[in-house]
Amino acid sequence: MDLAEVTRRLELETLYADYAACLDSDALERWPDFFTENCHYRVTSAENYEAGLPLGLIYATSQNMLRDRVSALRDANIYEPQRYRHLISGIRIEREDGGALDVTANFLVVRTMQDGGMILFAAGRYVDRIERAGPGWKFAQKIVVLDSRQIDTLLAIPL
Amino acid sequence: MPQALQSPLKWPKEGNARVPYRVFSDPEIYRAERDRVFLGPTWQYLALDNELPNPGDYKTTFLSETPVIVTRGEDGQIHAMVNRCAHRGNLVCLKQRGHAKDGLTCVYHAWRYDLAGNLTSVAFRRGVAGKGGMPESFKLEEHGLKKLRTDSFAGIVFGTLSPDAPPLAEYIGNDIGGRIGRVMRGKPKIIGTTSQILHNNWKLYVENVKDTYHASLLHTFFTTFRISRLTTAGGVAIAESGAHHASYTYGEQRGDNATSDQLYSEIHSLHEDYRLKDPRFLDSVDEIGDGITLQILSVFPNFVLQQIHNSIAVRLVLPKGPDETELQWTYIGFEDDDAAMTERRLQQANLVGPAGYVSMEDGAVGGFIQRAIPGAEEEASVIEMGGHEHAPQPTRATEASVRGFWNAWRPLMGL
Repeated sequence: MDLAEVTRRLELETLYADYAACLDSDALERWPDFFTENCHYRVTSAENYEAGLPLGLIYATSQNMLRDRVSALRDANIYEPQRYRHLISGIRIEREDGGALDVTANFLVVRTMQDGGMILFAAGRYVDRIERAGPGWKFAQKIVVLDSRQIDTLLAIPL
Repeated sequence: MPQALQSPLKWPKEGNARVPYRVFSDPEIYRAERDRVFLGPTWQYLALDNELPNPGDYKTTFLSETPVIVTRGEDGQIHAMVNRCAHRGNLVCLKQRGHAKDGLTCVYHAWRYDLAGNLTSVAFRRGVAGKGGMPESFKLEEHGLKKLRTDSFAGIVFGTLSPDAPPLAEYIGNDIGGRIGRVMRGKPKIIGTTSQILHNNWKLYVENVKDTYHASLLHTFFTTFRISRLTTAGGVAIAESGAHHASYTYGEQRGDNATSDQLYSEIHSLHEDYRLKDPRFLDSVDEIGDGITLQILSVFPNFVLQQIHNSIAVRLVLPKGPDETELQWTYIGFEDDDAAMTERRLQQANLVGPAGYVSMEDGAVGGFIQRAIPGAEEEASVIEMGGHEHAPQPTRATEASVRGFWNAWRPLMGL
């Protein structure tokens, strides 16, 4: 692994660490900034993904749709106070395509409610496509593939 | 008359306008309704007719918690039977769906059934070298899987274990049947599925579905963007027995915005300054052509068909215990959808499901009620919007269809 490759690996580690920190620290207004303007973001199950079914529990085709999601969570939707803890690991470059990278990564998300109740809320992998943006990277695509089709109660904060 | 509960429940004198909270938490009632409602004379959703296109295709599902196999038989017909081996009670099919071209075989002792649930062979039936084996008196035809009656309506397959359920079309009735038909006008194509675990009794979710009063009050999104308000033209159709319902809303153009804004001005769900940056996901077309942009329909006890603009889904409400429910969503399009229509359905699916802009609250509100019940088992909820009856009403500012549910549930339960 040459220095350029090591640097790139560190950049990816940073990207995913920053992404997790953003969601887990309730900095949702910054979440859309991790994406390109015409990004594709969706949350689905392995069952749908493997069957080629296109449904998303959240389905967005622009950065502005992600901004709308955040403003709805802040001002429109009603849900109990809760926080996530993302554990992201196994970041893997699947394919290199010009300047873009197809990347997958595993995640676990623990959800903690206001009364202290905790559950393992989500496990799965990200199927991402990232593009250079200035000194860092942005997600042109992020497909959140959940191992389980079951969502406990509701999915408010994005994954 | 069903057998009385060991711990008797006296229904309040106000009838269907009161519901004792105990019915949502009592394990004895839960157990009784499994037998009287779910294994009783009701039709429950099993599958979409074209979900199992080829002979040998099967899926597994439930009548309440009773496991069921649904197959496409060699005869091309849909069959359904209880997923419990006639031998020692093992689950015969373990997978959610699959293809069993040679029939169904129980893994435990390799008893085999055809796709209609008839027992076709028993491993080592004659024993080994004349020893062991089944007695001569054992007859294969007396030991098939327990069969359900099945029937389909507008491409949707329902099943029942009861010989007393009326024919499906009669059970659904003409009015509600027509409202299913207006949505299911083509060959459905599944575009995805999801499910939610709700921490509440199944009836609290069904009440929520039938509650036309709450939608624009709990779901801010509806109100703010004028997707659906109580002031928008619409109403609720209710089967005579109260069992089934369909609420419907016409496009906003029939409503009066100024009056509507005034009526909602004191309610938390109207945010005047809230605007979408990219509202393309709400772009919809009147694909049915009758101006109804929203229809929520239920068939007693636990089936829901939803049309919210171009987002169409069937929902199955599966009890998993007195205070736990699985809500299964199957989103559909139709085989003649073009790419633009499919994209619309995917975009508008943002409105519904566990993360839906106008449905995520429904996943939680039943749990909020469930958590508030302890100590109130002998008290009752008040369901009086729109009076005490359950007749259809030309408004959604009513709880008539909720009362209808109880009108259908109570006689089955003897309460």
